[in-house]
Amino acid sequence: MMELLLFVAAAVRISVPYTLGAVGAGFSERGGVVNIGIEGMMLNGALGYVLGAWYSGHATLGLLAAVVAGVVTAALHALVTVRFRADQITSGLGINLLAAGLTKYVLVEVFHSSSNSPRVPGLELLPGLAAVPAVGTVLGAPLVLLTALLVIGVQWLMFRSVFGLRLRSIGERPEAAATLGLSVTAYRTAGVLISGALAGLAGAWLASEQHSFTDGMTGGRGYIALAAMIVGKWSPAGAVAACLLFGASEALQITLQGVAFPNELLQMLPYLVTMLALAGWIGRSVPPRAVGVPYDPELG
Amino acid sequence: MTGPAATAAPAGGPAAAPRAVTARPRLAAALELAAPLAAVALALLAGAVLIALAGEDPLAIYGSILHACLGTGYGFGQMLFKATPLVFTGLAVAVGFRAGLFNIGAEGQLYLGGFAAALAAVALAGAPGPVQLVGALLAAAAAGAAWATIPGVLKARFGAHEVINTIMLNFIAMQLVAFLGRYAYQPGTVRTATIPAGAVIPRLDVWFPALHGSPANLSLLLGLGLALATAWLLFGSRLGYAIRAVGLNPAAAEYGGIAIGSTHTAALALSGALAGLGGVNFVLGYKQFFEQGFSAGAGFLGIAVALIGRNQPLGVIVAALFFGGLSYGGLVINDRVPRELVEMLTALVILFAITLQQVMTRAARKLR
Amino acid sequence: MSSSVVAMRNITRRFGTCVANDDASFTLMPGTIHALVGENGAGKTTLMRVLYGLLTPQAGHIEIDGRTVRIARPADAIRLGLGMVHQHFMLVEPMTVAENLALGHEPGSRFGAWRAAAAEHEVEELSARHGLKVDPRARIHTLSVGAQQRVEILKALHHRARVLILDEPTAVLAPQEVDELFRVLRGLAQAGTSIVLITHKLAEVRTLADHVTVMRAGRVVGGGPIASLSNDAIAELMVGRPVPPLAAERTAPGAELRLEVSDLEVNDDRALPAVCGVSFAVRAGEVVGIAGVEGNGQHELIECLAGLRPARAGTVLVSGRPAPPGARARFHAGMAHVPADRLRRGMIAGMSLAENLVLGREDDPALGRGPGLDPARLARRALPLLEEYDVRPALPAAHAGTLSGGNQQKLVMARELTRDAGVMLVAHPTRGVDLGATRFIHQRLIEARNAGRAVLLVSSELSEVLALSDRVLVMFEGRIVCERLPAATDERELGRFMIGAAGA
Repeated sequence: MMELLLFVAAAVRISVPYTLGAVGAGFSERGGVVNIGIEGMMLNGALGYVLGAWYSGHATLGLLAAVVAGVVTAALHALVTVRFRADQITSGLGINLLAAGLTKYVLVEVFHSSSNSPRVPGLELLPGLAAVPAVGTVLGAPLVLLTALLVIGVQWLMFRSVFGLRLRSIGERPEAAATLGLSVTAYRTAGVLISGALAGLAGAWLASEQHSFTDGMTGGRGYIALAAMIVGKWSPAGAVAACLLFGASEALQITLQGVAFPNELLQMLPYLVTMLALAGWIGRSVPPRAVGVPYDPELG
Repeated sequence: MTGPAATAAPAGGPAAAPRAVTARPRLAAALELAAPLAAVALALLAGAVLIALAGEDPLAIYGSILHACLGTGYGFGQMLFKATPLVFTGLAVAVGFRAGLFNIGAEGQLYLGGFAAALAAVALAGAPGPVQLVGALLAAAAAGAAWATIPGVLKARFGAHEVINTIMLNFIAMQLVAFLGRYAYQPGTVRTATIPAGAVIPRLDVWFPALHGSPANLSLLLGLGLALATAWLLFGSRLGYAIRAVGLNPAAAEYGGIAIGSTHTAALALSGALAGLGGVNFVLGYKQFFEQGFSAGAGFLGIAVALIGRNQPLGVIVAALFFGGLSYGGLVINDRVPRELVEMLTALVILFAITLQQVMTRAARKLR
Repeated sequence: MSSSVVAMRNITRRFGTCVANDDASFTLMPGTIHALVGENGAGKTTLMRVLYGLLTPQAGHIEIDGRTVRIARPADAIRLGLGMVHQHFMLVEPMTVAENLALGHEPGSRFGAWRAAAAEHEVEELSARHGLKVDPRARIHTLSVGAQQRVEILKALHHRARVLILDEPTAVLAPQEVDELFRVLRGLAQAGTSIVLITHKLAEVRTLADHVTVMRAGRVVGGGPIASLSNDAIAELMVGRPVPPLAAERTAPGAELRLEVSDLEVNDDRALPAVCGVSFAVRAGEVVGIAGVEGNGQHELIECLAGLRPARAGTVLVSGRPAPPGARARFHAGMAHVPADRLRRGMIAGMSLAENLVLGREDDPALGRGPGLDPARLARRALPLLEEYDVRPALPAAHAGTLSGGNQQKLVMARELTRDAGVMLVAHPTRGVDLGATRFIHQRLIEARNAGRAVLLVSSELSEVLALSDRVLVMFEGRIVCERLPAATDERELGRFMIGAAGA
C-alpha cells in the first residue's frame, strides 16, 4: 500500500511540468497557433526562476520571474506567427534553439559557468500537509496544488467561458470570428501568452525541485507536453490524463531500475503512445481546423 | 517578362506606364530573394548588441570568426568539416519542403545513419576495401530512409501529421541507439569498435596540404554531388515533378493522377537517405567509430540551412558553408564571448528569415 | 440624397497594381432592395467588403445616415447597423447555431461565463419573430445549405442590422429555395431593412430589386431605378459591348456509346451515400448536361467517373471497356476532365504554364528520356498551345497563379482538349469566368462535340446546361430524377425536379 502511494506521488510529481506545458500548449493551439516552442518557454522559465530567486532570495519572486520569462518568450512567438504570420512550426523550433543558446549564454555571463547555476532557494512544502505520509510531497507542494487549481480553472475557461468560446471559434474559423468584430490577432496572442505563462511555471517547478539551473535541464519535457496535448485531444482534462500516464511510465522506470527490463524501451513509451494516437489507434485525435494557418484578412 | 507583360496590363489601369509594368515584378522578385540575406544581416546586428552587452567589440569578434574560417588553411578545413553534414541535412529538409512536408526528423535520421554506417563497416571488416565503404554508405542511406519512411507511411495510411511524428522519432532514435548500444558498444564505453581501414573516407588534406590537421574529408564531395543530383531530381525528372506538384497543390496532383501517399513516402525516404548519409562525415570521415550523441543538432540546423538556401540545392550549399563557418567560429571566440552566441545567432537567423519572408512576399504582392 | 442610409463616395481600392475599385460611388436608400450587378471580378464584392470594414480603401469615404464614418474593422460596421451574408458562409462548423449567433455579442454574465441557455433562448425568439426556422442547438455542419444561409441572415439580424448585404445568395440554392429567400428579403425590406444584393443574374435583379448599380472593371458604369433599365441595357453595361448569341451549329450525334454508367453508387467524404444507383450513357458527338442544386451528388459522380473516388457499386464503361481504377489510368483510357474548382484541383498556381500543361501526363515518354522530364521540351510544346487557346500572356515560364480567372480556365481547357480523349468530363467550365472567355469556352466545347467527342457537362447554371446540352438530366439526392430534351423543357420545370418537388 505504502509502495503504491509512493509510486502515485512520484507519478504526480513527474507529471506536473508536463501538465502545465500541455494545458498551456492547448490554449495556443485551440486559438490556431501551433506551439512547438513550449520546450524553449519552459527552459527560459526555469532560468527566470533561478535568476529571480538568486537576486531576491525568495522562491515566490522566482516563480513570478519564471512566469514573466515564459510570457516574454511566448510574446516573441506571437509576434513572429500572429503579427507577421510566419510559419508557426519553424518559429517554435527557432524559439527552442534561441532559448537553448540564451540560457547558456546567460549562465556563463551571470554565473560564470557553462553547466549550472549556484544553489537557489526552492518552494517550501506547506508545513501541515507535508507531514502526510507518502503523498505529503504532493499534497504539500504549493505548485502541485496551484497546478490542480489551474487545471480546473482552465478547463472552465476553455469550455464554459465566453473567452473560450471565442478562442475556439478563432482556431476553427478565424474569418467567421473576424466578420463578427472579434480580433483574431488579440485572441491568438492571448492564447500564446497563456501557454507561455504556464510553460514558465513548468520551468519554475523543475528549477525549484533541483534548486538550480542546469544546461538543457528541460530535456525534451516541452515536447512530451506537446505530445500529451495531442494524446489528450486538445482539452485540458484529456491532457492531464495523458500527463499522468506519462508520469506513471517514468515513475515505473525509477521503480524498475536494476530490474532486467531495459529503461530505454520504457523511455520510448510517451513518444510511441503519441504516434499511435496520431495514427488514430487511440480514438481520433483531430486538431482545430485552422491550427497552423496564419490568418490574413486580405485573403479571407 | 518584357513585351507581352505590357499588353497584359488591365485596360484602363492607371499604373499602366510600360516601364513600371516590367520593372516592378523584377523588383518584387528581388525583394523575395533578398529575404534570407536581410535575415542574416539583422541576426548579425542583433548578435552585435549581445556581444557589446558582454563587454566585447562586435566587429572584433566577427572579424575573428571570419579570420578563423578564411584566414588559415586549418580553419577553412574546419569550416568545411562543419558544413559537410549541413549540406546533407539541408538537402534532406529541402526535399521534404518541396513535397510539402516538414522533416524535423533529420536529426534522428542522421544519427541512425551514422550508427548503421559504423555497424556495417565493422561487420564488413573481412570484405575488400571498396565493399566496406560502399556497404557502410548504403547502410547509412538505408537506415535514414527507413526511419523517415515511418512518418511517410503513417501520413499516407492514417493522415498522421509528419511534424509531430518526426519529432517523436528523433527521441525514439536516441533511445533505440542507446538500447542497441548495450550490444554494439565497446565494453564500458558509449562508442562502437573502430571501423576497418577500407571504410574510412579519406581526409582532404591528403590532396590539399594547406588544410592539414582539419578533419574535412571527401564526404563533402559526396554532398556536393548529391546536391547536383537533387537539383536534377527536383527540376529535371518525373519524380521531381510529382514531388513539387504534391507540395504545391496536393488536390491538383491527385487530380492529375499522382499518388499523393506514395509520393510523400518517396520524398521522405529520399530525405531520410540524404540525412542518413550526413552521418558518415563524422563516423567514416573523422572519428572512425560511432559515438553516442555525435549528431549535436546537425539535423535541426538543416532546417535553417534549407530555409536560408530557399530549398534550392545550390542555395543549400552556400547556406551550409555559412552555418558551418559560424559553428566553427563559435569555438574560436569562446574565451571572449560564450560560444552559445552562435546558437542564438542561428535561432535569430531562423526567426528573422521566416518573418522577413512574409514581409517581403507581402511587399512583393503589393508591387505586382 | 440626404436621406440615404449608406453612401459610399469615390472609393478606390488597389491590390498591388490591380485596381479592384476605381473611384466607385454607391448610394443605398432606406427600406429598398438594391442590386449590385457586374461580371465576376468587376469589384462588387470588394466594394461591399470595404463597406463592411474587411478592407480599407486607399481613397474615398463612407457616410451612414448622412454622417461621415470611419469603418476600419467589421466591429465598426456592426455597431453602425451593417450586416453581411458572405458567399462562403462565415460559420464555425463544429459549433451550434446559438454559439454561432451569439459569438462576439454573447449574453452578459458576471464572470465571463458562457450562458448557453440564454443564447439559445435568444435565437428561438429571434427566429420566431422573423419567421426563419432553425434549431438553436443544432451543430452547423449538420444543417443543409439553405438552413445555414438562414443562420447567416439571423446572425446579421441578431446584431440589429439595418443594412443587410448578401453576396451571391442564390448561387447555392434551388429555384424554389430562392423563392423562399426572396419572400424573406421582401418582408425585411417592408419592415425597413435596407438590402444590398450582389449578383450577376439578371432575372433576380428584375424580380427583386428596386434599384440597380452596375459595375465593370472596378468602376460604377451605370444604374438607377429598375424600371428605367431594360435587361439588355444592364447586360450591355455589365459587358461593355452588345452580347453576342452563342453560334451553335451542331452536327447530329453519333450512335457509338462512349460512356456507359450503370447502377453507380458513390459515397461522399463522410462515407454517406451521395450517388445512389445512377445509370445513363453518353454517345459520341453528344453533350449530356447534368443540372441540379450543388450537393446532390454531381460532385461525387464526376469525381468517381474521373477515377478520383471509388465506386461502391455499379459499372463504368469507356468505349465498351470497363474503366480502369485511378485518375491516371482513366486519362490513359481516353477520358479528359475539366474539374469544378480549377484553383484547387485543375492547376498548380506555383508551377509554370508549361508545367501545368503536362499535369496528368508527365509520364508521357515523349516528354523526356527515362526518368527525366525535359524542361526545354515542355516549353517548346507549350507555346503553340497557349496561342491556340488564347491564354494571355502566352509565356510558358510564367506561373499559372499570375493569370486571370478566364485565362486560367482557358489553360485548363487547352490541356484537357488536347488529351487524346473520347470522353470529356466537364464541371462548371465557366464559373467565375468573364463573358468573353465564357463564349470562347462554350465554342470550344461545341467544337469538341462536333468533332465526335462525348461530353458530360455538370453545371449549376441552368442557362448554360440548356444552351450546350443535347440532353438534360437532373440530379436530386443522388438520383437522376428526370431526363429532357432542352427544347422540350424550361428552367421552371427543371427547377421543380431540382428540389424534388415534381410529382413523380
